[in-house]
Amino acid sequence: MPVITYVLPDGSEQTVDVPVGQSIMDGSVRNNLPGIVAECGGGCSCATCHVHVDEEYAALFDEPLTEETDLLEFLEGACERSRLSCQLIVTDRCDGIRVVVPDTNG
Amino acid sequence: MTHVVGDTAHAVRRVVVVGAGHAGGTFVGLLRQGGFEGDILLFGAEPYPPYHRPPLSKQFLGEERVQWLRDPQFYADQTVILGLGETVVDIDAAAQTVCTSRGITVAYDVLVLATGARPRTLALPGAAAPGILTLRTLDDAALLSQAVQSGGPLAIVGGGYVGLEVAGVARAAGVPVTVIEREGRVLSRVASPVLSEVLTDHHRAQGTEILTDAEVAGFEGDARGLSGVYLADGSRVAARAAVVGVGAVPCDELAQKAGLARGPLGGVLVDETTRTSVPGVLAIGDVTARRRPRSGAMRFESIPSAVEQAKQAAACVLGKEPPAAEIPWFWSDQLGLKLKITGILEPPYETVVRGDTADGSFALFHHRDGHLVAVEAANANAEFMAAKRILSRRQPVDPTRLGNPDVPLRELAIA
Repeated sequence: MPVITYVLPDGSEQTVDVPVGQSIMDGSVRNNLPGIVAECGGGCSCATCHVHVDEEYAALFDEPLTEETDLLEFLEGACERSRLSCQLIVTDRCDGIRVVVPDTNG
Repeated sequence: MTHVVGDTAHAVRRVVVVGAGHAGGTFVGLLRQGGFEGDILLFGAEPYPPYHRPPLSKQFLGEERVQWLRDPQFYADQTVILGLGETVVDIDAAAQTVCTSRGITVAYDVLVLATGARPRTLALPGAAAPGILTLRTLDDAALLSQAVQSGGPLAIVGGGYVGLEVAGVARAAGVPVTVIEREGRVLSRVASPVLSEVLTDHHRAQGTEILTDAEVAGFEGDARGLSGVYLADGSRVAARAAVVGVGAVPCDELAQKAGLARGPLGGVLVDETTRTSVPGVLAIGDVTARRRPRSGAMRFESIPSAVEQAKQAAACVLGKEPPAAEIPWFWSDQLGLKLKITGILEPPYETVVRGDTADGSFALFHHRDGHLVAVEAANANAEFMAAKRILSRRQPVDPTRLGNPDVPLRELAIA
């Protein structure tokens, strides 16, 4: 099972198993990690599951749809590495990656 | 409300949460995230662990209506004791104990009321006939699914968000639908007149009948079922099922019994830390009336408000700084229109349309005195987020530019 490292808002790191087919958001919520709030339950509606994905891992995930980029455009703390983690679906190739959870999800 | 929760003089060893909805479910997770190591007990009247309610009015036809807030094993993993199908029937605030519906007395250091709201019902002739439904719970949604799959016709009493969402889904499933709205327009208390009109047009274009200034006088039916809805003007709407969506009433009876202060329209009165009028008792979610900065209190029935209060309550218990205040917002999905609304629509305001309301994507910017009051966006996420940011930063705007597509969203705020 893929292992994902979350760099949390306080700078600490948590490494957890996330089953293939689940999202990076699911991995955080299931393990009760701080930073990702996931108000809308993963429906690309609330933008409270914001993460930064390093360039080296960005290609592991599908390009964002307009629905997602529109939410990111004016999200506080968003940068070019920003993604909504409910849209990042884990595959076997994601084993060992790191995502950064910014302190902007409230 | 000067009682301090979570200070070193009063160690919090046990937190009892009454109500396992979105607020209660979110709160227990946040408490553990924040490092709380004491007992957490979560009681809920329903036999289910916390789940998302928004899908109940949008995806009720299939199994997708069941979306748990957390995986079933989350509560055990986080050492949260669940008391499902168990309510709290009494609070002894002096002794700091509660009594549950199973007759068990539980002591608490902090009590969090998260009992939510329940659908308002109509005390009208014939209202006891089978086939007259309300929608709040998973079980309600299962019944609604059956009713819609039987083919209708379906009457929706009340043109609020729940009613319109259900109407959209039922109509898309081919069922004849009539929305019966008492006021002069749908969503009269929560949406702008422009949005009411746009949504009405959209629903009518799908073949849904929308009656306004129409009051229900009674229901026609017998023990076998519903056959029609009578209106005050003497007319009749044929219906084999009806959904009554005429607002929600806060479940604050327990709080009333315990003498907690209530808001002007009911609900447990809380400040911005979720403290109630009784030391050691907090309240979050749909049951609350949130104090406003200058005066009065307001009831919010939204996920973002419930989540914000869950954060406030967790910070309160943990003795941490409260989170930064959030701008209210809300979402509704109707007939392919993903609506996102932010701000509080209090008149007076003027409206500028950005985009074309006949389009599938537009935004309504409501403003007053050079500032945004609220924005209603349909399939316009960037406009919604830009507006939320402007509201959050209290930036002035030039109303003449709000609707101008040549002015980028980034330049709407006057720096």
